[in-house]
Amino acid sequence: MLYREAGQFKASYAEDSQIFPIRQDKIGFWLLMLAFGVAVPLLANEYWLKAILIPVLIFSLAAIGLNILTGYAGQLSLGSAAFMAVGAFAAYNFILRIEGMPFLVAIILAGLTAALVGILFGLPSLRIKGFYLAVATLAAQFFIVWALVKFPWFSNNSSSGVVTAQDVTILGYTFATPEAKYVLTFLIVAFMALLAKNMVRSSTGRAWMAVRDMDVAAQVIGFRLMRTKLLAFAVSSFYCGVAGALYAYTYIGTVEPEGFNLDLSFKILFMIIIGGVGSIMGSFLGAAFIVLLPIFLDNFVPMIFGDSLGAGFVSNFQLIVFGGLIIFFLIVEPHGLARLWQIAKEKLRLWPFPH
Amino acid sequence: MQFFIEVLIGGLLSGVMYALVALGFVLIYKASGVFNFAQGAMVFFAALTFVGFKEMLAKHLGMDIDGSMVFWLAFLLAFISMIVLGIATERIVLRPLVNQPHITLFMATIGLTYVIEGLAQMAWGANVRGLDLGIVDEPIAWLMDNYEIGVSKFDLFAAGVAASLVALLALLFQYTKVGRALRAVADDHQAALSIGIPLQTIWRVVWAVAGFVALVAGMIWGARNGVQFALTFTALKALPVLILGGFTSVPGAIVGGLIIGASEKLAEVYVGPFVGGGIEGWFPYMLALAFLLVRPEGLFGEKHIDRV
Repeated sequence: MLYREAGQFKASYAEDSQIFPIRQDKIGFWLLMLAFGVAVPLLANEYWLKAILIPVLIFSLAAIGLNILTGYAGQLSLGSAAFMAVGAFAAYNFILRIEGMPFLVAIILAGLTAALVGILFGLPSLRIKGFYLAVATLAAQFFIVWALVKFPWFSNNSSSGVVTAQDVTILGYTFATPEAKYVLTFLIVAFMALLAKNMVRSSTGRAWMAVRDMDVAAQVIGFRLMRTKLLAFAVSSFYCGVAGALYAYTYIGTVEPEGFNLDLSFKILFMIIIGGVGSIMGSFLGAAFIVLLPIFLDNFVPMIFGDSLGAGFVSNFQLIVFGGLIIFFLIVEPHGLARLWQIAKEKLRLWPFPH
Repeated sequence: MQFFIEVLIGGLLSGVMYALVALGFVLIYKASGVFNFAQGAMVFFAALTFVGFKEMLAKHLGMDIDGSMVFWLAFLLAFISMIVLGIATERIVLRPLVNQPHITLFMATIGLTYVIEGLAQMAWGANVRGLDLGIVDEPIAWLMDNYEIGVSKFDLFAAGVAASLVALLALLFQYTKVGRALRAVADDHQAALSIGIPLQTIWRVVWAVAGFVALVAGMIWGARNGVQFALTFTALKALPVLILGGFTSVPGAIVGGLIIGASEKLAEVYVGPFVGGGIEGWFPYMLALAFLLVRPEGLFGEKHIDRV
């Protein structure tokens, strides 16, 4: 009953092209922002912040990155973790090697570095597509991780490439507590998500979608394929790079190249499949789902089946549930949780009437 | 020179093992257009099931674990398991996804990978097991004495198995009714359906055959490196082979495997030292990538023409 748009008229183009054209949505969105931006850091305990909320935000950012490339531009990538690694190590080196480097600038530079590497590995997409390209992105995954381990310069000569992130300091304030780190992550992620949302609503996003739906046709009607595809790779890698830098600085603290392995790439891919391919909000839902699911299963499985089964059973059970859910979602709802949310909203608009 | 030949032969023979895994991919891709990422997991599952049945038979029926009776019985049981797995995959995963884009099917097989890995370890445990096929991994004395070239007996055996498997598949494809139907389906789904070839049956057959190939590959890889989780990574070794050889070509898988195997070993020995070694992990991919820039459909793949 509350969710009605009757009486809300759009009188200008600007009003018509808002992200949330319905007033209730707007109110709900700001309530959500208030809840996660103000209430959560005040109320949540350290475990929730460190183990759940911060990683969800960071993985959401990485998922947005992959979603731009795969969901909007249609180029399947299996190397997103590698671009996160580039971001993490680039940020580390910028802060380490340049005296007085501001943290936010370092993060942006890290993203740009990742974008450059992304363009480099995106070049094959001009010649090959589909599975061939997916396999080609594996080259990025293996090569980048190998390079980070093999060349000690990247990790400042530490053994096996393990680096410890420096303190995060902005304008003299050091973000040391989980609350502070959470707020910083939240602000960066919220800002970049807004940016992404606007990007995919604009001509850039439409060009990506045209290329996704059929690149030959898009080329025929005048989109420049090279520019569009490489831009998608660059923007996607930029997002993954920033996510990687945040992963190192506000989440884990100590990272090694091997941590950004193929499994992590797959995890990010699963986030966008479950959350919704081609949806910014889906990236958040998917990331939350994938981060929470193992925690849920860890607590839930012993509760049902008893403790006698051992850790091996739980981890195998997790594998099966993970894989099963992927297949389930692809079969039942290929557009993911975001689509379910949309359906729920449409139902809510009519409720309690049938039509 | 001797060293070069030794490395080359070693590379070629390990390339045969890659080709063995790649073969499973090609079979399924040809017949159903599904790029089956789970092939590596199937290799792992098959090898683990084989060893598991062997142990079980020896324990419960009191048979000699190294006897040929146990070997063939376990082989048969493992093969049946692979058939069941193939049919279940067709029924549960592929059938509801008919007519979906290829990328969706590909992602479904990534999910399938996790399920199969979990199932295999849940059923048989995650311990590393040895597998002895009765062929020792030592250089052939005759070659060693006369030419001072070390060629492992085991590698040669693996190459022989791969060659006979390919011959067997070629015979199956060329001279049997099922093979003819398989080729028809690979050529054109719609046309095959319209002349009355049961698509779903063909898919089941293909998955069963791919399961058989996975079983053979798993036994050889398992005998080489132990039956362990790392067997699933054989899929990652086979992918560059595929893009080099083309997804739809059986000879392509073999030739691609040989090229990748040889160049990978040669690069590791001659280029590796300059950049710190360990380049085997990505070199095949880079090679395949460089190759794709010249010939996007691979060596023997079908040329892709877009219709607007």
